[in-house]
Order: sequence, then C-alpha cells, then structure tokens
Amino acid sequence: MSKYSSQEMVLNMGPHHPSTHGVLRFILQTDGEMMVKATPDVGFLHRGIEKIAERLPWQSFLPYTDRIDYVASVNCNLGYALAVERLAGIAVPEKAEYLRVIAAELSRIGSHFIGFGALLLDLGAVTPFVHALRERETFNDLMEMLCGARLTHNYIRIGGVSQDLPGGFREKCLAFVDHLEREFIGEFNTLISRNTILINRLANVGVISAETAEEYTLTGPNLRGSGVRFDLRKDEPYSVYDRFDFEVPVGTGRYGTLGDSYDRYFVRIDEVVQSCRIIRQALGQMRVGGEIRTKVPKPFTVPAGEIYVRTESPRGELGFYLISDGGRNPFRVKVRTGSFSAMTIIELISQGVMVADLVAIIGSFDIVAPEVDR
Amino acid sequence: MDRAELITLLSSRLGSALLSTEEMKNDDSMLVVDRKQLVSAVGTLKNDPALGFSTLMNHLGVDYQDRLAVIYNLYSPLHRNKITIKVYLDRDKPEVPSLERAFHGISWYERETYDLLGIRFTGHSNLKRLLLPEDWEGHPLRKDYVYPASYHGIETGRPDLLDDTAAPGGADV
Repeated sequence: MSKYSSQEMVLNMGPHHPSTHGVLRFILQTDGEMMVKATPDVGFLHRGIEKIAERLPWQSFLPYTDRIDYVASVNCNLGYALAVERLAGIAVPEKAEYLRVIAAELSRIGSHFIGFGALLLDLGAVTPFVHALRERETFNDLMEMLCGARLTHNYIRIGGVSQDLPGGFREKCLAFVDHLEREFIGEFNTLISRNTILINRLANVGVISAETAEEYTLTGPNLRGSGVRFDLRKDEPYSVYDRFDFEVPVGTGRYGTLGDSYDRYFVRIDEVVQSCRIIRQALGQMRVGGEIRTKVPKPFTVPAGEIYVRTESPRGELGFYLISDGGRNPFRVKVRTGSFSAMTIIELISQGVMVADLVAIIGSFDIVAPEVDR
Repeated sequence: MDRAELITLLSSRLGSALLSTEEMKNDDSMLVVDRKQLVSAVGTLKNDPALGFSTLMNHLGVDYQDRLAVIYNLYSPLHRNKITIKVYLDRDKPEVPSLERAFHGISWYERETYDLLGIRFTGHSNLKRLLLPEDWEGHPLRKDYVYPASYHGIETGRPDLLDDTAAPGGADV
C-alpha cells in the first residue's frame, strides 16, 4: 500500500471556460492528470427553439434558424427552407439555387475558420486564430455586401433568396477564393498544420474508429475524419450540388491513427479548398439576371404531412423533421444537429486521456453550444 | 430499389410488428410499428443484410394531442434507403423500450424526448432530464403545457409595453 491516498477527484470545467465554445459544462472525474471520465452537462443555452417554432408562422421561423448555429447561419436557413419547400411542393428558381450554394459554401468556409481557429486557440496557439479570423473578416464583408448582415444572415427565403448579387460581389468573391487557394491555405499549413507541437497535441488523441463513429451517429467532418467518405452534398445531392466537381476529403491518419483529432482538424482545412472550388464553379455557371424567388401564396400554409430533410452543414448532418397540420404554423419542428451527436461520444472517448487532451478533443469536434441546446 | 419494392420487402421481414405503412414526401416511407415489438423490429432492420438500416439519422417525440408518438429516422448506407419508424403511445402511460442497445448514439436523443415530452424509455441507462433543470416541472413540448409564472421565485412574465389598456405608468420595467 502506498502511503499516499489515491482518491479520485471530481473537478468542474465550465460553463464559463474559454475552451467550452459557448456555455458547456463538464464534470471531470480525475485521477491525477489522467481523466477517468468527463460527463457533459448541457442546456445552458436552451431557448426552446422547437417550441418557439410551433407559435410562429412558417416564414417567421426563418430568422430563428440563424440562431441554431450562429457560426454558419446560412446553412441552417437552407436546411429549414429546403424542408418547407419539399413539404409544400415549391420549386425554386435555378438562379436562387446557385445563390444559395454560393452563400452556403462561403458560410462553410467562415465556419471552418472558427472551427479550426478556435481549436488552435484552445491549445494555446493564439496567432493562427488571428490569421483565421482575418480571413473570416473578408467572409463577413462579402455577406454584408450580399444581405446586410454579418453574423445572423437570414439570407434565404422560402422559395428563393432575399437578394441578387450586388455589383462588385463577383470580383471580390473570386479574389477571396483565389487568395485562399493560392496563398492562405499553404501559408496556414506552413505556419501551424505541420508544426511538431501541434501534431504532438492532436495526433493519436481522441481516436474514433469508423464503426464507433457510425454507432454514435457522428456526421459531417467528424465522421469523415474517421475515414468514412460520406457527404450529403455528394451522396444525397440537394439544391444544385450535383452539378459541381469536388472531392470529399477524409481522414488518413497522416501523423497518427486514423480517426484522431488531427484527422478531424485537417479534414476541415481540406474542405475549405473544396468549398472554394464549388464557389468558383457556381459563379461561373450562374446566369446574370433572372428570378431569385418564387412567389409563395399569402397567407402561407403548408399541406398536412410529415417530412425529414437533411443537409450537410459545416458541423455535420443538419436535419429538420417537420410536421404540418395544414395550418399557418408548424405543428412540430425537430432540429437534428451535428454538434448534438458529437457531444454524446465525448463521455466515451474522454476515458483515460489527460485532462489537457479533453480540450483538444472538444475543439476537434467543432462543437457550437447553441446547436446542442437549441 | 423503389419504394413499393422496399415496402413489400419490409412487410415480409417485419411480419406482425408492422401495423401500417404510409407514403411520405422526399422519397421516404413511414412504418407504424407495434410498441411491444419495436426492439425486435429494429434489430431485424439493422441486422438483416437485405435491409441494413444501420444508421440512426434522427429521433424525436411528438404530441399529437389524442396520443403521443416516437419517431425514428433510419438510413441504410449499404442500399441508400431511408425509412421513418413511428410508434404510437398512450397519452396516459407513454412508455416505449429504449433502443440504446441497437444504437449507442440514441442515448441523448431519448433523454431529450423524455425531458421535453415526458415519454419514458424503459431500460435506458440514464434517463434524466437533459436540457432543462432537474427540478423543472412539466414537459414543454406537450401541447397542453402551461408555461410556469415563476421559477424559484423569479417571475417569468414581462409587462406588455404595447398594451394600451394598461394604466399609464403602471408597468415598471
């Protein structure tokens, strides 16, 4: 028997912890620096969005979808609008589909900047986060040109989008995409992605096998980080995604094991490049002028029925299950988000890791707390 | 495989567990499954190689006023099929077996449904409230839910500033 007691200690992390991305709380059971288990405690940002939806007309709920995931609000707009349109049988003009894709992919780029930038910040690398935010600033400017808002964009409408491209947008957007592809990504990888300290912090940490990832309903970059090539834009194309040539990056276990935190980190960087390709093709294929919105009847009602529509948001599968009773308001709206399913696996993979690695694991999932709590 | 073929296949495999089928928009099919046979039906859907519904996309609970329901959206990556499973529950005693054994990731979804709709999942490993505080009363997504006037002595309502009928100066904010 050792003369020192080896009791487990219970520590509290959050809800106001810089690395908990919003307001999350973890109850850590630790044995020295090793963690026995981390139990997430969520709900601090629960606003009852699903209940709010039942009290609002179909269209009035759109601005609320911005707040489901405010880092990538266009993608949430798109998911909801698509679900309502398919349930109501509304066709969207081709031009609007392209505008949606451009806005959604810009939003994905902006979101991934926060995703991997914040991960690096959590690990103590402040400079790359500033670099990522500098680029996100251009995304913010572009969205401001497009719809006037910089964070909660509310750009998409049921039946189309709110505005056509303003003058000068095309050039600025192409310059941004060029800059990312030719300069930024290479510079960023040289600065940090191939940095030994970063590799040591992320490689072989929080390894998730493909089977486990599927069992725990992981989606999006978190699933692809485990080597599963599944992307709804490719495998179940919605909008006009089937018209673009792009690849689906997956984890390769480059510096460690397949499905570790580094894979999840690097998949996001690769996705930025693919989004750039999509934006360039969309700008090239889109016609100048033309309808941007289908007129929907007033008052707007949706025929009774149920539907589940899923789209690829930057944080994985964003699904809307809508139930209509034929009235002006939704009868039930259920939002299925990528962060919610990512949270459920933390309890499993936090077992037996160092306390400092938990920060890397949470960051590698790119969790946004309002998406968990809704 | 088109929808009609899938339905025929499903009804032959599921037998008496399948109560009825409905068409849905978005190339989806809805299966209404018997509550008592849910676990075995999901086991067949997941493990039968001809079906291969191994992925849970989504789970939710619904209050249809006359009765409650739980809905599961399953996906088969192998055959690229989607199905929606619905189980109707009694309003007085809403209980349904937990599907934790079949899908590990459903644990939090079931906790959320329990939290917001008061549907109990028998055999769940940790059926506690997820989003709301543990001492919260009632289940907000029920259609007959009444929002409490106060929580721990904190009033939840606010005076309506646009209400002209209120006495002037009466509403201190």
